Amino acid sequence: MNYVSDVRALARKDILLELRARDTLPAMVLFVVAVFVVFHFALPARSSDLAAHGLLWVAIVFTALLGLGRAFVPEREQRTFDALVLAPCDRSAIWLAKALAMLGFLVVAELVALPAFALFFSGIDGATIAGVALADLGICAVGTFVGAMAVATRARDLLLPLLFLPLAIPIVIGGVGASVAGDPGRYLAFLALYDALFGVLCWASFEYVVAE
Amino acid sequence: MRSRGPATILPLVRPYRISLPALAAASFALVTLALALVFFVVPNDADQGFSQRIFYFHVSIALTAYACFGLGAWKALVHLWRRDPRADLESYVAVHQGLIFGSLVLVTGSIWAKISWGHWWLWSENQLVLFLVLFLFYAAYFMLRFSLDPGPQRANMSAVYALFGVVLIPVSFLAIRLAQRFIHPVVFTRHGPSFGGWMLVAYCVAQAAMLVLAYTLYRVELSGKRLDAKLRELREVLV
Repeated sequence: MNYVSDVRALARKDILLELRARDTLPAMVLFVVAVFVVFHFALPARSSDLAAHGLLWVAIVFTALLGLGRAFVPEREQRTFDALVLAPCDRSAIWLAKALAMLGFLVVAELVALPAFALFFSGIDGATIAGVALADLGICAVGTFVGAMAVATRARDLLLPLLFLPLAIPIVIGGVGASVAGDPGRYLAFLALYDALFGVLCWASFEYVVAE
Repeated sequence: MRSRGPATILPLVRPYRISLPALAAASFALVTLALALVFFVVPNDADQGFSQRIFYFHVSIALTAYACFGLGAWKALVHLWRRDPRADLESYVAVHQGLIFGSLVLVTGSIWAKISWGHWWLWSENQLVLFLVLFLFYAAYFMLRFSLDPGPQRANMSAVYALFGVVLIPVSFLAIRLAQRFIHPVVFTRHGPSFGGWMLVAYCVAQAAMLVLAYTLYRVELSGKRLDAKLRELREVLV
């Protein structure tokens, strides 16, 4: 078995689990739509579209957080994490597969969320979609990583947002910039830089998180 | 991988080049000298007047905090590399000192912002916002660390998280610079005075004072923590 087939098998397991149990994805979709309704009433009547675009990013980050909180729950409940670590595959494959599965869930949730946003608030341009796509990579890479950390602690679900949000601030800045600024190029480039830097860092150091 | 057992009882005193009392005396002398220079020797700033004197401490504390975070990440790397439990403790203590100095940056920056611009908090001040992000990040480091049982897993996770910090510092700095373009079109520029003479001397002394003070505190906390660990192991042996 090489690395790619390891990752494929692990990601397939997560997606199959989700397709059968339907734990996470319906919750994420419902959550993001409910958040939009809350935002509609939270925004003053004559506020600009720019404010709504900012709130879109809040909704995306919190929806991702909802999914990420569930990411390692099956492993914890079935106590299969040790088996995964003992499996004869590279440990980083566990992270990559989980991040890819989370990316899939997040993209599906956004396929509902972005049209809903366009319907409720204002239209979405190509730069925003590109920003969302790039931000998803960073959110899933870093979020899965700190999710694996949080699940090993006593505080568990409490800790994930605390670990994740400071790391997500640059993503939000890049994403909002891509949505509202006149020159989205530099913000998209920044998001790509973030993805590359933190992707490599997570990939290289995941072994230390699950070892022992 | 090395296991933690009685064989790895930490040595109580490591051979250091500079003794703690000497370090404490040096930091006391340097801080006194810096205070004297800043309050009695340096001329008032032409633009901001007396209040500009906080600059000597604000900037030197900020750079010291970066140095502490950098040291913490370096020790974290050493830990991951060599599996040395001492490096884990050193990394933790360095990050702790960094968080203390980082809080001081927030406080001094806030005071300076209030006096200079009339607001306790300015989102247009890059350094202040960056330190707020770092404060949140490293506060979460402590939440993570205290939510894990002592052992190799806690050491590894703390080390990895501390390494994330040194990547987050430049990334956040870049992001906050970018954010100003759409959040604050008007940027307060700190067009400082010509920076020379006694001002430079005072700044260098204040910077040295803060670095030596941070190192002294780091060493004091480290020796206290080591003594604590040693006592605990002795107690386990006795019971």
